[in-house]
Amino acid sequence: MNNTDIFDLSSAQAVAAIDAGTLSSGELFDAYRARASNDELNCFTWLAEQAPKDATTPPSQSPLNGVPLAVKDLFCTEGVPSQSGSRILEGYRPPYTATAVARLEEAGATLLGKTNQDEFAMGSSTENSAYGPVRNPWDPERVPGGSSGGSAAAVAAGLAPWALGTDTGGSIRQPAALCGIVGLKPTYGAVSRYGMIAFASSLDQAGPLTRDVTDAALMLRHMVGRDPRDATSLQFPEEVSLPSAERLDGVRLGVPQELTGEGIEGGVLEAFQATLARAEELGAQVHSVQLPHAPHALSAYYILAPAECSSNLARFDGVRYGARAQDAHDLLDMYTRTRHDGFGAEVKRRIMLGTYALSSGYYDAYYGRAQRVRTKIAEDFKAAFAEVDLIVTPTAPTVAFRLGEKTADPWSMYLNDYCTVPMSLAGIPAISIPCGLSEGLPVGFQIAGPVFSENRLLDAAYALEQVLGFDGSPARVSGAGGPA
Amino acid sequence: MSAAAVEYEPVIGLEIHVQLATRTKMFCGCELSFGDPPNTHTCPVCLGLPGSLPVANARAVHFGLMIGMALGCELAPRSIFHRKNYFYPDLPKGYQISQYDEPLCSGGHLGDVRIHRVHLEEDAAKLVHVGASGRIHGSDASIVDFNRGGTPLAEIVTEPDLRSGEQAREWLTLLRTTLRQLGVSDVNMEEGSLRCDANISVRPVGTQALGVKTELKNMNSFRFIERGIRAEVSRQQKLLGEGGQVVQETLHFDPASERITSLRSKEEAHDYRYFPEPDLLPVAIEQAMLEEARAAMPELPAARAQRLEQEVGLSSDSAHQLAFRADLGDYFEAALSAKVDPAPPAQALANWVAGDLVGRLGGDDGEGAGGGAGGDPNHSRVQASALAALVGLVSAKRISVGAGRQVLDRLVAEGGDPLAIVQSEGLEAMDGGEDLSAIVAAALTANADAAERVRGGNAKAIGPIIGHVMRETKGRADGGEVTRLVNEQLGL
Repeated sequence: MNNTDIFDLSSAQAVAAIDAGTLSSGELFDAYRARASNDELNCFTWLAEQAPKDATTPPSQSPLNGVPLAVKDLFCTEGVPSQSGSRILEGYRPPYTATAVARLEEAGATLLGKTNQDEFAMGSSTENSAYGPVRNPWDPERVPGGSSGGSAAAVAAGLAPWALGTDTGGSIRQPAALCGIVGLKPTYGAVSRYGMIAFASSLDQAGPLTRDVTDAALMLRHMVGRDPRDATSLQFPEEVSLPSAERLDGVRLGVPQELTGEGIEGGVLEAFQATLARAEELGAQVHSVQLPHAPHALSAYYILAPAECSSNLARFDGVRYGARAQDAHDLLDMYTRTRHDGFGAEVKRRIMLGTYALSSGYYDAYYGRAQRVRTKIAEDFKAAFAEVDLIVTPTAPTVAFRLGEKTADPWSMYLNDYCTVPMSLAGIPAISIPCGLSEGLPVGFQIAGPVFSENRLLDAAYALEQVLGFDGSPARVSGAGGPA
Repeated sequence: MSAAAVEYEPVIGLEIHVQLATRTKMFCGCELSFGDPPNTHTCPVCLGLPGSLPVANARAVHFGLMIGMALGCELAPRSIFHRKNYFYPDLPKGYQISQYDEPLCSGGHLGDVRIHRVHLEEDAAKLVHVGASGRIHGSDASIVDFNRGGTPLAEIVTEPDLRSGEQAREWLTLLRTTLRQLGVSDVNMEEGSLRCDANISVRPVGTQALGVKTELKNMNSFRFIERGIRAEVSRQQKLLGEGGQVVQETLHFDPASERITSLRSKEEAHDYRYFPEPDLLPVAIEQAMLEEARAAMPELPAARAQRLEQEVGLSSDSAHQLAFRADLGDYFEAALSAKVDPAPPAQALANWVAGDLVGRLGGDDGEGAGGGAGGDPNHSRVQASALAALVGLVSAKRISVGAGRQVLDRLVAEGGDPLAIVQSEGLEAMDGGEDLSAIVAAALTANADAAERVRGGNAKAIGPIIGHVMRETKGRADGGEVTRLVNEQLGL
């Protein structure tokens, strides 16, 4: 098979081609390895030299047939740099592999490389990486979104067949939207967090970034399940099926007024409305629903996530691993200088926010209140799902913005997650699919459902995907200077 | 000192950390160890490596419930782990997972001291400071052994119901016995499986409000706790008596110099920024867990003391002595149930166990685990049935008390059957017949001065006379009978 044909294949198609014998897993790996090594978007922080030789099972006899996988830097991968985009973990190679990665490897995926990200997943543009910003393959002057920007850009540019990301407040869905690919945040607890370098433990969730909905289902199938090493992980109640729905007859789609009005860019709203019309053509009923507390989600999120991160990042103290400031004159000096030098500005900002929010005397006013808002938001969704099957919104309020455009104003950056954070706080699954272009840049359409409704989400997303016929090939042509 | 000197009464509460004797650590699968080479029982979880997550040890929860039941606590159907955030090299995650406002157990009491709460948490790693000072300041280097890090701890907090160092020590002995009886901990202060801090304040006698307290940290033996509390109480009483103020601070007691030094003041106190540990679910106590804990509960010292007193008929002192040292209680009960003829009366048997036997075995110094192996009669050569037989012979006056002690010496040294020793050594008691009368008469002649003093009313002067008789009879004579004969022959 020639390289152009190889890069036209989705992951599921590549698995089938290997089954059919028209493609070998080695050929596939080498093609992507060569293309990824010409990465001009700064998607990768580390690339595998070659497919692992010590695989005991021939990859072609496994469900994923050795299809290469790009993995967000914050997943621990044994012996492979896992730096979470931070200077403080520069060169850190963990002694173990994260459960989500291990499960995909057991299913036959092959580690292609580690992808760039916002430092400790804090950001919406991947400009907060200690290893330089990632560029959007649709327009290299623009950001890919974040924090899983390296994973999203790599898949969009065809540098990886698919990628693993994490989503805390939108970090899979928003970059998927800005890069014109599919991104799924599963139900909180569906995928083990063991081995994910934590940002905000009660929100972090691993998920797929893929070229199409079928690939997302295929990857998710091999990620979910209870992990005895993660007390918050849950047994997935059914098998993740590959989607096949062609119609949306009788499916009630709820459109929350709070997330589809003010603050959403005109072109984005237009693409969203057009997609709703296509859904109705497929038989869906569109209803208006209320999520009265959703406008407060971002405020609550920016208390809770920093609070957890201020604690999660305390372990980076220079004592056991990672960077340590040299020539410190005492313990406090060592701590202070290690963390001063090792963390970037956004990480420090959130550590300070979170430390303040948890401080004695402020806890109830900030953390306690934000938790109550979180509960209200979950109740809003529950009430809405009594009336509709799924809730739909634009994924991000804007298309990809220019590098540097929002770095000086944190709040404008945080607003990127306006439509994705409510689902994160409620712990429910949500998927973003590309639904069209605005000013030549991709727009994402978000579908959310109740806990463990992944199969229904995937079916609805698949049915829409078929009629939308979004063409992602321009990003693959322009990305990374084409095939090697 | 002013004429109107106020008397200050001490008010003391204790915080006890107990390492639970689970197989594995509180939040990971590493085995507990003591004395193994450093950093050989570690994993990504207890090293706090990036990405690792805790999973609560169900066995530790089970032990926590047993402790709660033993102390009569209310057991929370749902309790929560919190993160206690602070930086220190022995704390690899930058926070300790502990329980905060929703602990596993609340309320309760042990003896006359009320329990405030019992909660579960993880132990810190062990820091060794290399260099002259032995403390982190001024050391050349500090090295960390993570073997201990993550060991399950139960923290037991009392209400401020104690009034002296001595009382604290006695109460801790009861607590230790209770915990040992439960089998939830080695409760060994030397190895650090039992650690105690004391909160100490004083207040004018008759008042209710609590004074400003200080916290005395990490005293590593019951004796030091008693002395440390005594020293701190005196310091506070003196300070207030001189018109000074007690400052809230954390203190260190140096048992060698009896000096108390400040570790940190209230101003330097940490803001621990507690918040619910998002990596763990709340601990939900199901009925089955309660039943399992209840089924595992042994008889506890207080109940045992009551039973020994009321059902076995021991004196209150003996009953407590045996009940509060489980090894003695177990040995006593084994001896009491031994089939021997003549059977020993329970009280006499208790006296022999707690007196002569313990004395010969090295006894309990109040520090070791039941006095260490040396003090535990169950691990001695003296079979419980042998002691029962011996006490039976003494009580039936088949042998004298002195002869009984000689037999016990042999049993402690070599073990064996008391009756066989009595027979082979010819230790059967002499009756009060002609032989003994003659020996007493000879003793009076040989100790004429003493005899004269006894006749003159000095009963204590009988010692040398009895000693003479015992020497002559190799201790076989019954002391009471000898005294009777002496008095008789002296015409008293």
